[in-house]
Amino acid sequence: MNTLAAILVQFFELLAALLLAPLLTGWVNQCRAWLQNKTAPPMMLPFRQYAKLLEKEAVLANNVSSLFRMAPYIIFACMALASMIVPTLSSSLMLAPAADAIALVGLFALARIFIALAGMDIGTAFGSLGARREMLIGFLAEPALLMVFFTASLISKSTSLSTMVEALGQRGFIVYPSLAFAGVAFTMVALAENARIPVDNPTTHLELTMIHEAMILEYSGRHLALIECAVALKLYVYFCLGVALFVPWGIPEGADLLNLLQALPLLLLKLAVGGFLLALIETISAKMRVFRAPEFLGTAFMLAVLGMLVHLLLETGK
Amino acid sequence: MTATLPISAQIINLLAAAMLLLAFAMVSQRRIISLINLFMAQGAVLCASTLVVAISTGQSHLYGSALITLVLKVILLPWILHRLIHRLNVRWDIETLINIPMTMIIGILLVIFSFNLALPISELAGTITRSTLGIAIASVMLSTLMMITRSKAVPQVIGFLSMENGLFFAATSATYGMPMVVELGIALDVLVGTVILGVFFFQIRDKFESLDIRHLEKLREDQ
Amino acid sequence: MSNLLSLDWALVLIVSWLVIGVAGLLLSHRFFLISRVLFPLGAIVGLALACVAFGALGNAAEEAVLPLGLPDLPFHVRLDSLSAVFLLLLGGAAAGISIYCAGYFRKGEGAAPGLQCMLYHVFLASMAMVLLADDAYAFMVAWETMALSSFFLVTTDHLIPEIRRAGYLYLLIAHVGAICILLCFGVLHGGSEANSNLTQVSNYANYTFTHMRAQQHNTLWASAAFFLALFGFGAKAGLLPLHVWLPEAHPAAPSPVSAMMSGVMLKTAIYGMLRVSFDLLYTQLWWWGVIVLSLGLASALFGVVFSAVQNDMKRLLAYSSIENIGLLFVGIGLALTFKSFGMMTLAALALTAVLYHCLNHAAFKSLLFLCTGSVLHATGSRNLGKLGGLIHQMPWVAWLALLGAISSAGLPPLNGFVSEWLLLQAFLFTPGLPHAYINMLVPVAAAAVALTAALAGFVMVKFFGVVFLGRPREESLSQAHDASLLERIGLSWLGAICVVLGLFPVYVIEKIDNVTRLLLGAGLYEANEMYSTAETAARASNWLMLTPIHPDRASYMPVVFLLGILVIVAIVFLLVRNLWHNKERVSGAWDCGFPLQTARMQDTAEGFSQPLRQVFEPFYRLQSDIPTSFDKSPRYRVIVEDHFWYWIYLPIGRTADFGAKLVAFLQQGRISVYLLYSFITLVILLFLIRG
Repeated sequence: MNTLAAILVQFFELLAALLLAPLLTGWVNQCRAWLQNKTAPPMMLPFRQYAKLLEKEAVLANNVSSLFRMAPYIIFACMALASMIVPTLSSSLMLAPAADAIALVGLFALARIFIALAGMDIGTAFGSLGARREMLIGFLAEPALLMVFFTASLISKSTSLSTMVEALGQRGFIVYPSLAFAGVAFTMVALAENARIPVDNPTTHLELTMIHEAMILEYSGRHLALIECAVALKLYVYFCLGVALFVPWGIPEGADLLNLLQALPLLLLKLAVGGFLLALIETISAKMRVFRAPEFLGTAFMLAVLGMLVHLLLETGK
Repeated sequence: MTATLPISAQIINLLAAAMLLLAFAMVSQRRIISLINLFMAQGAVLCASTLVVAISTGQSHLYGSALITLVLKVILLPWILHRLIHRLNVRWDIETLINIPMTMIIGILLVIFSFNLALPISELAGTITRSTLGIAIASVMLSTLMMITRSKAVPQVIGFLSMENGLFFAATSATYGMPMVVELGIALDVLVGTVILGVFFFQIRDKFESLDIRHLEKLREDQ
Repeated sequence: MSNLLSLDWALVLIVSWLVIGVAGLLLSHRFFLISRVLFPLGAIVGLALACVAFGALGNAAEEAVLPLGLPDLPFHVRLDSLSAVFLLLLGGAAAGISIYCAGYFRKGEGAAPGLQCMLYHVFLASMAMVLLADDAYAFMVAWETMALSSFFLVTTDHLIPEIRRAGYLYLLIAHVGAICILLCFGVLHGGSEANSNLTQVSNYANYTFTHMRAQQHNTLWASAAFFLALFGFGAKAGLLPLHVWLPEAHPAAPSPVSAMMSGVMLKTAIYGMLRVSFDLLYTQLWWWGVIVLSLGLASALFGVVFSAVQNDMKRLLAYSSIENIGLLFVGIGLALTFKSFGMMTLAALALTAVLYHCLNHAAFKSLLFLCTGSVLHATGSRNLGKLGGLIHQMPWVAWLALLGAISSAGLPPLNGFVSEWLLLQAFLFTPGLPHAYINMLVPVAAAAVALTAALAGFVMVKFFGVVFLGRPREESLSQAHDASLLERIGLSWLGAICVVLGLFPVYVIEKIDNVTRLLLGAGLYEANEMYSTAETAARASNWLMLTPIHPDRASYMPVVFLLGILVIVAIVFLLVRNLWHNKERVSGAWDCGFPLQTARMQDTAEGFSQPLRQVFEPFYRLQSDIPTSFDKSPRYRVIVEDHFWYWIYLPIGRTADFGAKLVAFLQQGRISVYLLYSFITLVILLFLIRG
């Protein structure tokens, strides 16, 4: 594996992320529209939205600080780095040793803290409301996600994502019951972290139901484009994490460009099915009250811990 | 490790995990209709696991056992319960006696306790499904917890029924099922018990105009 | 000069601190000399001490006997790697805090500067002596001096009754702890039956640590010694339930003193715990580790849940210190458990996490306390409800506080993440333990640690967001001024330590390995039963990648992480600017079209933490006054108190009061009654000796 091939593979993975993430968001919106018997927006709509926003000038409040200006870039960089670490098209990425599963959770937490602080920066009621609610969701979602990773790492005896994918996917078909618990917990956390129904409504205009929207209310122009793109990337990264942990068969081991291109159709299929399932969940659930969200995430947390315990009982020794 | 277990044992493990998941979901559920659906799913899981044990060990009486489970727990009892709540008009159990996060923490501690309880027993048992005994005991404990922490009568009955489910699972996993006589006897008891309880609910509702069990405290002697 | 040991240099530096202190006392009111000359000198001495300690890491232990103390009981001192790493912590933190002090004390405020200078430097010197002491007598003398000098520093503004009360509580609990430590040393010096005769007690050489190390106690006495040490050092460190003095004393003290206490003094208690349990005790039992782990977890959860609902900046940071001390005890508990089962490499991992976290906490907590000092100076208020928007007036303080807040929340690529990462890695190895119950309780413990870390993030967002961001909640905040030059130097020094500890962990861990090798006989970067020498050497020489056990198991490259983020930010910024444009327009905030926007519309500190208060309600003792819609003059008040105060301390206080009243019966006030007492005693004694 020479260095040039490795760099190419890494770059290709980032490119795939940047192109597929908005497509994934568009696909989910389309599926939701089909299920609700409405006319679907075109799948390329997110790209056109980013282009429109980048054309406009950014309007800033008169008491912004440089934290507010820098936050969209930092959040986008965090999500792009995450997409370069998660093994989607190959399990031996160049940057994979830079961060293991715990560092990945830390990366998401860094992005969350910066967006919460940016929400509090201008000092409007909406911004601090959004920040408060986001931290409420975050303080339970982050340990639940960490526990899901721990379940997988107890099975694969490692916290490095590449080793996890290799242990789970490249050694034949084995059924792990503890991953069933971890899977349910992961789905609940993914719904909460990506601001989907039943936790948060991504298309709301009402203060009563806003979490994510409230924090980015004051952003416009290129800043808003970066944040929207980062949100799409986050959803894509969560999907890829789900694929890597629960349906990892088909991720090639080497870092060969040809292998990658062969793995791409399978990835597209998995993303399409996953996107449809997400739209289905969003359609059949109702949004819950904000104060029920800690209960929801607490359940996810407990299920993940239970997954670890089931692993210790069922899958070790004896 | 798990790579050396045959496929049937892996499926049993997976169904055991599903059983525990359903027991936990029932503890944290507020809507009574969802509780009945979860109970139905638990019955289906039970039926499936009995079938798998029957196929892999060739014990034919387990097929009959699976059929009884299917008829009774997946079709008959949920239908009775649905009709019951429709006529009693209870749909929600808003306040539990302890709040739900605390219930779940107690649930986890019970699970740890039952797993440790089952470890020495599972070393002695010779069946293919010995490690699932811990999960079966845990389901029984969780159902008992559900019975204790609910404040309406119907969830308590569902808890009682799912406790019986857990016992049945323990029997299948540890000893290849019970003798047919015992099996039929238990099934009859459960059916009759549910009908009698159904009658009682109407009596309670007529007396107190609510199915909240806290009203039953009025039956205490006044000191 | 070259034949002076590091120990001698360390002693010289301690004496120079004392000299500076005395000089301050003599120059008692010459403010300019004290603050611009003596405190910077103290900082330089601290820096020198850190360098000496750094050089002593990995060398053999050096011992000396000082001609101080009683005739038969001189002070023994010893500098080994464990002392060296804590001296490094002390020196580094003291350098930053002393420089900050030089700029912090303003003319005409508070107590006499000369007295302050003396107390501060005596405090520093006594902490260094605690770390160097090699026998029980020297240790206790230095410990008491540390407690007394910090008491006087805490009660600097002694005219205010709350501060006096806080100081009294602090002194009380410190002394209860000191008694336990003394008893612990007593048990250690000769705890087995063969040694319990009187000649042993009176032979003073038996109070040296060297003698204690050689003792082999049976289980009962070893456990007694361990739990006495846990109680005593836990009281000083702020472990549950002996934590009640921390949230009172830290806000009452001046900010540099709070920083010193929270950053360094709590670590001397950790040093004491490590010294007694790993070095002086002959063996460790697994159930000690489980008890320490549980106490640590309880403290960590308690600390973070309470810090989330505080409205006073310094109380928030004090409860956060309780959380971090809890995490340190969790690591110590894990290390004890691993060691008792003979799993030395894993014990080294847990111990490395503990020592790394000590260094980290000293750096970021001192930084945060000093930032609150600057804010207090500039605005005159500690209450979060009266601050806001300070990032515009105080940019230096704000950005360095952001650095400290991100470190405290345990986020990559800074230092808080490294120690949290090491601790979680240690948890993931526990399924190898032979005991089934511990095996299963450990995932639950790991979950609790993860929850604590996430809540710490919440606390830091509240702290930074309410103080520095948003609109100013009071008119007077527009007059706030930024920190002075000396203060900036102190803050930047501590911030730089945070960054270095975060980006170059391999180098730091190689140094810490000296300590784990001393205490456990195993280190992370040496050949162990799992991996060969060649692989280990390759791991150690790769300064970019932190892999405590093996690259396949876990790896983390902080420099690459940071560079990745910075490079992407730069590329995106340039791309967006060149392919589209960089135009922006400044106007009013949109706020969904609401025309009226005042500072009162943003969250207050209570409001920000209200969801958390609701979720964790059983933990608090809440008193709330909530107005109804019909109140003519509505008042809203919520008071959050600590259950432990009502469950433990007030009952003890009432019992002591009751007992005192009973004994006070003896004090009748009339002379004839007292003469009667003497007469009765005389009669009884005559009666007893007549036979």
